[in-house]
Amino acid sequence: MPVLAQVDLRLDAGPLDYTLLAVYFVFVLGIGFLARRSVSSSLDFLLSGRSLPAWVTGLAFISANLGAIELLGMAANGAQYGMATVHYYWIGAIPAMVFLGLVMMPFYYGSKVRSVPEFLRRRFGKGAHLVNAISFAVAQVLIAGVNLYALAFLLNLMLGWPIPLSVVIAAAIVLTYTALGGLSAAIYNEVLQFFVIVAALLPLTIVGLHKVGGWDGLVEKVTGGPGGSEQLSAWPATELTGIQNPVLSVIGIVFGLGFVLSFGYWTTNFAEVQRALSAKSMSAARRTPIIGAYPKMLIPFVIIIPGIIAALVVPEMVALKAGDDSGGVVYNNALPALIGELLPNGMLGIAITGLLASFMAGVAANVSSFNTVFTYDLWQDYVRKDRPDEYYLRVGRLATIGGTVVAIGTAFLAAGYGNIMDYIQALFSFFNAPLFATFILAMFWKRMSAAAGWAGLVAGTLGAVAVFVLAETGVLDLPGQGASFVGAGVAFGVDIVVSVAVTMFTRPVPEERLVGLVYSLTPKEDRRHSTTGDDAGWYRSPVLLGIGVLLLTAVLNIIFG
Amino acid sequence: MARKAGLFDLRLVIAVLFAIYGVVLLVVGLGFTDEADLTKADGLNINLWSGIGMIALSAVFAAWATLRPVIVPEGGEGTGTA
Repeated sequence: MPVLAQVDLRLDAGPLDYTLLAVYFVFVLGIGFLARRSVSSSLDFLLSGRSLPAWVTGLAFISANLGAIELLGMAANGAQYGMATVHYYWIGAIPAMVFLGLVMMPFYYGSKVRSVPEFLRRRFGKGAHLVNAISFAVAQVLIAGVNLYALAFLLNLMLGWPIPLSVVIAAAIVLTYTALGGLSAAIYNEVLQFFVIVAALLPLTIVGLHKVGGWDGLVEKVTGGPGGSEQLSAWPATELTGIQNPVLSVIGIVFGLGFVLSFGYWTTNFAEVQRALSAKSMSAARRTPIIGAYPKMLIPFVIIIPGIIAALVVPEMVALKAGDDSGGVVYNNALPALIGELLPNGMLGIAITGLLASFMAGVAANVSSFNTVFTYDLWQDYVRKDRPDEYYLRVGRLATIGGTVVAIGTAFLAAGYGNIMDYIQALFSFFNAPLFATFILAMFWKRMSAAAGWAGLVAGTLGAVAVFVLAETGVLDLPGQGASFVGAGVAFGVDIVVSVAVTMFTRPVPEERLVGLVYSLTPKEDRRHSTTGDDAGWYRSPVLLGIGVLLLTAVLNIIFG
Repeated sequence: MARKAGLFDLRLVIAVLFAIYGVVLLVVGLGFTDEADLTKADGLNINLWSGIGMIALSAVFAAWATLRPVIVPEGGEGTGTA
């Protein structure tokens, strides 16, 4: 009964809460206007003029990903599966982020490419570049629409705002600051958003823990609850994977989630990599994902634990967890439901602001990476070459507007057909899955030919589609996350096999064109970063920081294992 | 010649936003919290404590921005090289 659910989740927001929300909007738009003054070229607009310090790009790196699906979805997983959800962070993000910073960033940043597709153009020429640039651009505007719809849906649920109104207001705010200040405005707002989200979720977690009687009370209540004490330990996560055998479940997590899925996402998704490319030096670019990894390691404590608590203290969630779904709530409501249950006016306003901030930053990340790929990789490479830079700055601004308008259209489409969102997300996991295989071969195997570049990508994508179709039609029986793990694995394997096979029968790319792009053809000095000035000091060493976060993550795995 | 980027330092923006939020929550927590609010948050005056926390965060960013101001090198590397 959806009507009942709406009544349950309506938050009791007062004038004070709306004022706090309005203050945030003033800051968000203010950053857009201020950032505009520093935009004088297309590189300023689309890549922040490669001028940002590492702590800013590092926080933006994780904020760009801290959108609607992440916040609500991970709290929901916490409510449903318990502590096993931390794998999405500790296994599914941290190692890939460290790998991106230490191994891949020297080629991304060192080659001075302006986007991930541009790396493919320099390495393989037009075939692979077109496949990647078009699929990425389409994916980003459609996902921006899905994010917009998720935001409007939540506003409707919590505050009673009409969905079309919410879509248009949110899109107008994002459009205003990204069209004015470009990537700098998007990134600065992502950093601001990070702190607002933490300011919203940390007090919520503290009140929640107080309510259940501290950590001991939480342990006691979860152990006595329907999930049992299994839900307090991260391993072997049989519920999460849907794989009954504990050993196979661990293998599924480490290889499926930890290796194929997460490396594909974190190391080749331009919406993420773009944050690092906007850093001011090679050292800052390498530190970007690694600095981001530290908060990424800790943030599950303020997302997953509130999810677990919601399933203990919100009556409707307790009923749902016990198997009674007549209350009309779904696990995705865990976070808003807990906010409504525990926070008084004042903090309630901060919490609403935090949720909204996260959703808007997600949309802004999609739009600001779309406009870069559209401008540099599609318009400049294939439509209008060799124009003065002001021309491309204007194209970048127009692409921002166009992308947002298409996203609004997608949002209304998603509002009309509920499960279209699931299909859009499935569609883009297909494009993402084989990319990591192609990039690793491209960076470390100089023989790999241009034809292998696009052939591997296309074949890998088709492999993932095949698994998806087989799972949907019931030919393959894979419960839970199993289908996406296997799909990504197949895409990875097919990409490698096809790339190697095609390379054997085609001519290699001339070596002089690969300097700076391939490991064995890049002089060691070019991969090094400076260690003077703003890059000096042992605490700014990417390797040391990377080892540090891996060790801390291992310790957390032991404590919460 | 180098100049300070005093007008648009993100750390100051963060400091100002959380100073506003912190003071508002502190005032609400001290002066406008009734029994119902306290009961809802399980007896914690969460507005008061969050307000104090946000003021502390604001102070940290203000101090950092004051002690280590951003120096913008004139015609620095990376700008306008498109």
